[in-house]
Amino acid sequence: MKNYLTISEAKKCLMSREFSAYELMQHYLNRIKNYSKLNAYVTLDEEKALASAKHADERIAKGESLPLLGVPLAVKDLFCTKGIRTTACSKILSEFVPEYESTVTQNLLNNGAVFIGKTNMDEFAMGSSNITSCFGPCFLPYRKKSKPDIELVPGGSSGGSATAVASDLCVAAIGSDTGGSIRQPAAFSGLVGIKPTYGLCSRWGMVAFASSLDQAGPLTKTVEDAAIMLKAMAGYDQKDSTSEKVAIPDYTAFLGQSVKGMKIGIAREYLEGLNEENLALLEKAKSWLIDAGCEIVDISLKTTSYALPAYHIIAPAEASSNLARYDGVRYTKRAKNFSNIDELYVNSRSEGFGEEVKRRILTGTYVLSAGYYDAYYTRALKIQKMIKDDFRNNAFSKVDLILCPTTPNTAFGIEESANMSPVDMYLNDVYTVNANIAGLPAISVPAGLSKDGLPMGVQLIGNRFAEAEIFKVSHVIEKSANFAELRKEIITI
Amino acid sequence: MENLVRGWEVIIGLEVHAQIATKSKLFSSSPTAYGSDPNTQVSFYDAAMPGMLPVLNENAIDQAVKSGFGIKGTINKISRFDRKNYFYPDLPSGYQISQLYYPIVTDGYIDIELLDGTVKRINIERIHVEQDAGKSIHDLSPEFSYIDLNRSGVPLMEIVSKPDMRSPYEAMQYVKKLRNILKYVGSSDCNMERGNLRVDANISIHKPGEPFGNRAEIKNINSIRFLGQALEYEIERQIIAKETGEEIVQETRLFDSNTGETRSMRSKEDAADYRYFPDPDLKPVILSDERIERLRAEMPELPDEKKQRFMSEYGLRANDADVLIDDKEVADCFEKAVNASKFEPSETAKLIANWMISELFAILNKENKTIDTIGFPIEYLAELVDLIVDKTISGKIAKTVFAEMVSSGHKPVDIVQELGLVQIQDEGVIRKVVEEVLSKNPAQVEQYKSGKTQLFGFFVGQSMKSMQGKGNPETINKLLQDLLSKM
Repeated sequence: MKNYLTISEAKKCLMSREFSAYELMQHYLNRIKNYSKLNAYVTLDEEKALASAKHADERIAKGESLPLLGVPLAVKDLFCTKGIRTTACSKILSEFVPEYESTVTQNLLNNGAVFIGKTNMDEFAMGSSNITSCFGPCFLPYRKKSKPDIELVPGGSSGGSATAVASDLCVAAIGSDTGGSIRQPAAFSGLVGIKPTYGLCSRWGMVAFASSLDQAGPLTKTVEDAAIMLKAMAGYDQKDSTSEKVAIPDYTAFLGQSVKGMKIGIAREYLEGLNEENLALLEKAKSWLIDAGCEIVDISLKTTSYALPAYHIIAPAEASSNLARYDGVRYTKRAKNFSNIDELYVNSRSEGFGEEVKRRILTGTYVLSAGYYDAYYTRALKIQKMIKDDFRNNAFSKVDLILCPTTPNTAFGIEESANMSPVDMYLNDVYTVNANIAGLPAISVPAGLSKDGLPMGVQLIGNRFAEAEIFKVSHVIEKSANFAELRKEIITI
Repeated sequence: MENLVRGWEVIIGLEVHAQIATKSKLFSSSPTAYGSDPNTQVSFYDAAMPGMLPVLNENAIDQAVKSGFGIKGTINKISRFDRKNYFYPDLPSGYQISQLYYPIVTDGYIDIELLDGTVKRINIERIHVEQDAGKSIHDLSPEFSYIDLNRSGVPLMEIVSKPDMRSPYEAMQYVKKLRNILKYVGSSDCNMERGNLRVDANISIHKPGEPFGNRAEIKNINSIRFLGQALEYEIERQIIAKETGEEIVQETRLFDSNTGETRSMRSKEDAADYRYFPDPDLKPVILSDERIERLRAEMPELPDEKKQRFMSEYGLRANDADVLIDDKEVADCFEKAVNASKFEPSETAKLIANWMISELFAILNKENKTIDTIGFPIEYLAELVDLIVDKTISGKIAKTVFAEMVSSGHKPVDIVQELGLVQIQDEGVIRKVVEEVLSKNPAQVEQYKSGKTQLFGFFVGQSMKSMQGKGNPETINKLLQDLLSKM
């Protein structure tokens, strides 16, 4: 069986009966066992996975054809899956088995996908390195040339999904992105990851972190796969009041279309403090796009640096409220020792939540408190509006897309990450949060390798619902970068 | 200054929580039916399962808008839901969705009538829409508390008055009037026994000319009578406290209907910081002009307007109009009856009103029935009144017919026929009877003639009796007068 199958390749092989969905599933389950040390998956139900693959085979035999029929996918453990434990990688939800299927996963199932299992992540999607998971860290399958002994983080919070795809433990995976949780791990892992426009994918059945920012999206090996998968995931859902009533086009139809005359903006604020490698990569991406006929436009987005602080007020504020339901009263793990209701709350939550989650709940509670609300929360909302206006007035009135880096650096060491201060960790999101704060779609495309041989991504940010344009241009970058060839140079484990 | 209690002025403001009459909850499709088994009307959303999201019940919004019209308020075209965060076992999500910053209705009022007949305007600050919490049950087990989430997410309107009331009476009048308006509008059935209307009362006292005192908030009062009792108790408590040099602290109190007393629940220092912020799961509620106008067009006549119309159109007295409009169904029945009569309203409306208020209400009270379970169509009452007006029966006989109508449910015309109750109109027949009465009672005739004129009633009674009450009383009177004067 060919390694590193893409969705379109897997589909072709399945339809031509080169192998069955069952065989493919078995293949991945075997690989997962062999690579269990990566800790990419936190919940596997082999029987169920094989049964659904078998069912897909039956449908294929009947001549059915669906975009993802029989294609094994991995699901971030943030998405509720009916009858399969869903924990958000938090001890407090470690016994929770949903009675319902999230809209996004249901949409994929309706498109014929089969699920392998649930992937590791930062607890409640709070983190940029996947080290806050109650199941322990997940590992990047790659190593630095200079220090091949050092274990690296896959990024976060969708670290498990990224590693599952990058180490070929599935065809593609679902992630979620609140401040960069799809794009940053995609960049670290040499994958394509897109955070769609806020409202494109339903949030129903996705464990909420920061409701106004959370978006589901795919983590894939190619731009084409991302286009196929996003089309299958997205769409209006009346169960989510923030879901948008827009038609989802066939994104693959845009791949390979000419980008001639498209205007790509580069905001000078994104270049400030950028390291040489990133600058060089950006230059390369620029030249590819110029070669393809794009016009590069120098723009300025003065609010850029305000996004991260605003994010670290809005996201924890919402999280502090969203996580109040995990109180030990109903489905969450209840502390054994308590003598009254307050102790039940305090002990269950103290035992159930990890440090980073507690930090964000505290931050969120603080910024919403009487006397601080206006100083923090109200101001953060004002900044959010400024940032939205800035994108509208100073970017998308002039250009089609913005080109910028995805992350300030490549994957870092697990130990290094454990010693990082929270604020240093938060800086990982410095180029990604703007899209969340403004509700804009943004993709990370693998574009090169660092001197140390680790993947690097570039980011394209579009106007609301500009996913098609994003796919079109990222396809050009993907082709020009020829990352499939570069990938062979990476030291893998 | 009026309304002072031993030199103290009383300031009262009310927060009324009315359950919005909808089939399903505010943010889920679970039913709101009363009296179901515990936890049988609970969706994944109502139980705050992970990833569940609210979807606004637009009907609840429509009802709130109509209530806004009912209190002559400003309908806000943009309102928004906020989260009120606090931990409680019967609040599964850890927050209640309410409207703090941008309520759907602001600046309304209700006019109430005071004992001396003057009208006082009570201003209403806002109506906002919010979810109810579930119910904690502590008395089923010594060890455990039980939670029933059937009420979790049931839609409520919170109607917040300005501190415009100056006595328990005014407060009670206000709630009565508000309840009536909501029932007319149809936005709440206001059933207080079922907890569909609950009142939080803010009350403080101060000496005239001095600033307002610290207020106590009495929570969750579920009847108008209890509201009066709680406020009376609280006024006494606060006066005694102040006059003995004690400081009134701002606090939340509970009313105990068994003792008629209020007791402290928590002081302001313990008050929670609810950390309100806009609910990111919901978009702002934006009302189109079309929608507002459609709802305005759907508005029924309100109690005040109906009262005025009953007085001007039917010539009813204010008191009678008040009694009839107090219950919309009664008012509707009254009009139905007036319309069913074959005579002009000017001839029958007052009579129908009288019959309803005296006879019909007496029966309803006695038999513990409501106007729609009375057992005969209201048109029969019109028919009965028609029989009086066209002199087929006397008012007295009508009472017999009415009683029969209540017990059998038969038509008045049929009852009159069956029982032979048609009034004797024939003057010749009546003259015979009257003459016979006079000739049978010579002693009484003598006494009458010697000045004991009150005996006139005796002759009337005797005459009526021998005609089984069916004689036309006017004719009897006329003939008796005639005959006696000639004797």
